[in-house]
Amino acid sequence: MPLAPAITDLDQLKERPALARLLAWDPGAVEAAKFDRDEFTIVLKRPAIREACAILRDDRELQFNFLSDVTGVDWYPNEPRFEVVYHLLSIPRRERLRLKVRLAGDDPSLESITSVWPSANFFEREIYDLFGVRFSGHPNLRRIMMPEDWEGHPLRKDYPVEGYR
Amino acid sequence: MPQMFTPTPTLEATGPRTMTLNMGPQHPSTHGVLRLLLEIDGETIVRVMPDIGFLHTGIEKTCEAKFYQQTVPLTDRIDYLCPLTNNLCYVLAVERLLGLEIPPRAQWLRVMLNELTRINSHLVWLGTHAIDIGAMSVFLYCFREREDILRIFEMVSGQRMMTSYFRIGGLALEPPLGMFDAVKRFVTRFPSRVDEYENLLTENPIWLKRTKGVAYLASEDAVALGATGPTLRASGIDIDLRRDMPYTGYEKLKFKVPVSNDGDVFARYIVRVQELRESNEIVRQTLEGVPEGPIKADAPKIVLPDREKMKTQMEALIYHFKIVTEGFPVPAGEVYQAVESPRGEMGYYVVSDGSPKPYRVHVRAPSFANLQTLHTMCEGRLIADVVAAIGSIDIVLGEVDR
Repeated sequence: MPLAPAITDLDQLKERPALARLLAWDPGAVEAAKFDRDEFTIVLKRPAIREACAILRDDRELQFNFLSDVTGVDWYPNEPRFEVVYHLLSIPRRERLRLKVRLAGDDPSLESITSVWPSANFFEREIYDLFGVRFSGHPNLRRIMMPEDWEGHPLRKDYPVEGYR
Repeated sequence: MPQMFTPTPTLEATGPRTMTLNMGPQHPSTHGVLRLLLEIDGETIVRVMPDIGFLHTGIEKTCEAKFYQQTVPLTDRIDYLCPLTNNLCYVLAVERLLGLEIPPRAQWLRVMLNELTRINSHLVWLGTHAIDIGAMSVFLYCFREREDILRIFEMVSGQRMMTSYFRIGGLALEPPLGMFDAVKRFVTRFPSRVDEYENLLTENPIWLKRTKGVAYLASEDAVALGATGPTLRASGIDIDLRRDMPYTGYEKLKFKVPVSNDGDVFARYIVRVQELRESNEIVRQTLEGVPEGPIKADAPKIVLPDREKMKTQMEALIYHFKIVTEGFPVPAGEVYQAVESPRGEMGYYVVSDGSPKPYRVHVRAPSFANLQTLHTMCEGRLIADVVAAIGSIDIVLGEVDR
């Protein structure tokens, strides 16, 4: 089963309901989109994330009512350095969608989506703990895995895998 | 001079009537090392704050420094009650990144072992959950059957718990002679054993008092708080990834998905016990349906050659050497693969940059998500109900902390 090449052209993808809905809401909010290995990804601009999540959750057609996962990726030394990745699931429609926000290395912060899905609470704390990305509006943004007085953020690529700090 | 005392999270009492209580991390009912900070008014719970991270071993970071095939044993350690489900989820993610086709025999065996793992995990859950609530003997019954399953795992992989039996591209080895007979013996005997557990618990008045109406979770709360698996299904949301988004051949099998609308501890118990029977039914179907054929994909640059070929053929030896020393490159891209683990939606998000080492492996652990429902379940209940609630979400701390 050879891999089909990824589709990254916005014009080809804009018929897809989730992207069409977001473009109808605010064409400036969408940075890029990708369809690869049967998974659909929409890259959003940083200020749009919370409202975009609320729209996708509340839309009668889309019904992305469940937040599966939130995580981060560090692309050090490239810029924009961080990616925060959201995986949404529509329980009634059995469909997944991936949202992404890219963040610069010198200011890794964005709006929290805990007001849309309370389940984002632990996931965002984990990203804050392990990547150092700050979420504004989070009710309890503290370290969750590492001790409170830990220095550094272990999942960053410039943090060593072995050794003693 | 390193600091000797680490400041730990604390909980301040919010009212004049309340006090705070520390539960764990070393507490017999917390299934590992979970620390709970409770704010209580008399014996009534006002707030529950979980404090986790005691088992954090940095598995996600370690994965980034290993070859793709070296990561498989690490996934065993994430959730030590269902190692094969973790193996399965990870190898499926990498196989999708590679675009690799898996032969049917390997797929059927994967389903069979995955369902045995589910039974194994549910048995440990049932035994420990019952002990937490005070029913001592169920534990001994459950571990009797668990022993049979662990023997089967030992037959196929040489290990009772950390199996690493599913490999990228197929299985590690052809299952030994006698394995199918052992599974068949187990499958025919098991339904009567579930009857035994149910005889001890389902109509037991003490069990009913401790579980009926306790730790209620409404369906809208369950979705908003990210509950998954049996916890979600016991709150009336009918989703099971095996049936609704099938993977590795589940679409060929017939099984029911137990759902309950009660949303309490008893509902979660009933859902899981029915799942035990359904899983047994799936194993029986795979026993009848498993075809003959290869157990590894035809991809010599990715799958290690058979020992025999490696010793006799130059080409196979070269491939073996290259895979072991250099790994194999995986085309750049990203994949989120989710499977239905015994505890709910387990997801592996694997990012590749085209090199032989994963750029990022993230594990979406179902226990981690389920833990967030604890406050909603316990608010306004008694301290003893916290113990029942923890047991009912079937928490595995290795998976929460990773």
